[in-house]
Amino acid sequence: MSKVKAASRPAARKKDSLLHHIRKEWKLYTFLILPILYYVLFKYVPVLGNIIAFRRYKGGPNILGQDWVGFRYFNQFLTDPSFWNAFWNTLRLSIGYLLVRFPVTLIFALLINEIRKQKWKKTVQTISYLPHFISLVVVCGMVKELLASNGPINSLIASLGLDKIAFLSEPGWFDTIYIGSGVWQALGWGTILYLTAMTNINTELYEASSIDGAGKFKQAIHVTIPGIMPTIMTLLIMDIGGIVTSSNMQKILLLYNPLTQERADIIGTLVYRMGIAGGNFSYAAAVGLFEAVIGLILVTGANFLSKKFTETSLW
Amino acid sequence: MKIKPSKGYRTFQVVNTILMILVIIITLYPFVYLVAQSFSSDVAVSSGRVTVFPIDFSLETYKYILRDNSFFKFYGNTIFYSVVGTAISVFGTAILAYPLSKSKLRLNKFFTPFVVFTMYFTGGMIPNYILVTQWLGLADSIWAVVLPGAISTFNLLLMKSFFTGLPEELEEAAAMDGMGVYGVFVKIILPLSKPILATMTLFYLVGMWNEWFGPFLYLESRDKWPIALWVRQLVEGANQVDIGSTAEASSVQATLKSATMVLTSLPIICVYPFVQKYFVQGMTMGAVKG
Repeated sequence: MSKVKAASRPAARKKDSLLHHIRKEWKLYTFLILPILYYVLFKYVPVLGNIIAFRRYKGGPNILGQDWVGFRYFNQFLTDPSFWNAFWNTLRLSIGYLLVRFPVTLIFALLINEIRKQKWKKTVQTISYLPHFISLVVVCGMVKELLASNGPINSLIASLGLDKIAFLSEPGWFDTIYIGSGVWQALGWGTILYLTAMTNINTELYEASSIDGAGKFKQAIHVTIPGIMPTIMTLLIMDIGGIVTSSNMQKILLLYNPLTQERADIIGTLVYRMGIAGGNFSYAAAVGLFEAVIGLILVTGANFLSKKFTETSLW
Repeated sequence: MKIKPSKGYRTFQVVNTILMILVIIITLYPFVYLVAQSFSSDVAVSSGRVTVFPIDFSLETYKYILRDNSFFKFYGNTIFYSVVGTAISVFGTAILAYPLSKSKLRLNKFFTPFVVFTMYFTGGMIPNYILVTQWLGLADSIWAVVLPGAISTFNLLLMKSFFTGLPEELEEAAAMDGMGVYGVFVKIILPLSKPILATMTLFYLVGMWNEWFGPFLYLESRDKWPIALWVRQLVEGANQVDIGSTAEASSVQATLKSATMVLTSLPIICVYPFVQKYFVQGMTMGAVKG
């Protein structure tokens, strides 16, 4: 099998035609067959399946739908108030969550980084990562238990002589619950990349700045944060790209109810209700496609701006 | 860093420690509360007297769960889906990551972007649902649960960057000795890749253990439910018909939820301290290579 080795020599490769190259390396290429079929079937066929957003599909195995209707379903949802309600809810909840989680995570990472005793630091990290691994179903179950009328939070409120709050059926509390539980679950895990980036900062920078008389706080601002700027930007790009398309849909599906729907319904849950629960597949696919395209535009845009201003980018 | 810490800095350290203790309390309290509930009497929970410790300590709820077949059925399903799903996922991810890590394969110029694109644009819920239920006819089958998400592109890129970092010389030497491409992969590459295989297994295992949405969409018969769907049903307020209408069942109505949630999370919480370093390694490795 010395053939394999010869092929890895760049000089030999240059002369080869593509066909020759495939013939030479075909055994390695056979690894790709099953996984690429998987990608075609489960990732690309659904992308093409979005064609039903432009065609009438009424269920059944003819997954490409019956006949063209152009932008009819788009016109339908764009004039539908429940779509716009879900659209603004999506933006409000996602941006609200990002605005709280992003700085809190960064500050938490800076604080962990200041812990001197390694054992204590490890303990804090290990415990704070734990919620990341807990099933969303259990997390939402915990939220409901904690906020129930006979739960500990309402017991505390009652013991202070105040009126109990129906957290879960009060639309006004939904944002707080959604963002709070999200931060609870994501806080620790979100610090990992920051902490790794921090360990890569040259310690001489800290020594130099402390000789210049900078205290710990100033060092954090002038050394640590600039040192982890590429990480901050990368995470920010991914988060901005995910504002519309993030998977929060599952969580809202578990948390909302008819009483809070007006504030809690987002594009993802609307797609679920209209399409899968309601059977309006084409309409729901049109809404889903709209969401995916906006998501792609956002992540591309954020990536472009970041490349331009900070020289950090995802691609 | 040798400079003697100032008084302000020492104050900061104290404040920081207090803050960290607060974070730990907030992180752990929901777990403590669930455990306390699950060991309390139903009456104590319904009346809202449980806060930190079990009230009227009782093992009735767990005894009930142990006698009740449905819990073991759901739990067994979760174990089954997790094992099968993880095996397929790790295998699929490995055999795709390996060729993609070989720079000599010229068609990777096409295949790599082909795969990465799916991280930024996906078909969406509806076309996926139609594909799985109508076209492939997988509704109500285990394949609908384990196949659609079998390969995570994020995990794939982690594994690819690991393979890229392996020394080329070993493979070349083995090839010189007459070992074929498949032999090299099985006998040289996989043994060298134990850390990344461990990380991948854990990532997929936890993902599958916690998975509820795929089963929720595709599994019609209750017999096939994973435990996560049962937890969901209990939390949504399962009625007597679901739990069983015996007097025994109604005596654990309020505590059954928390006990089931505890048992669902227990394997993860028990194994987690020993394996978390693999997760962290996986995350940070991804960051280096992107």
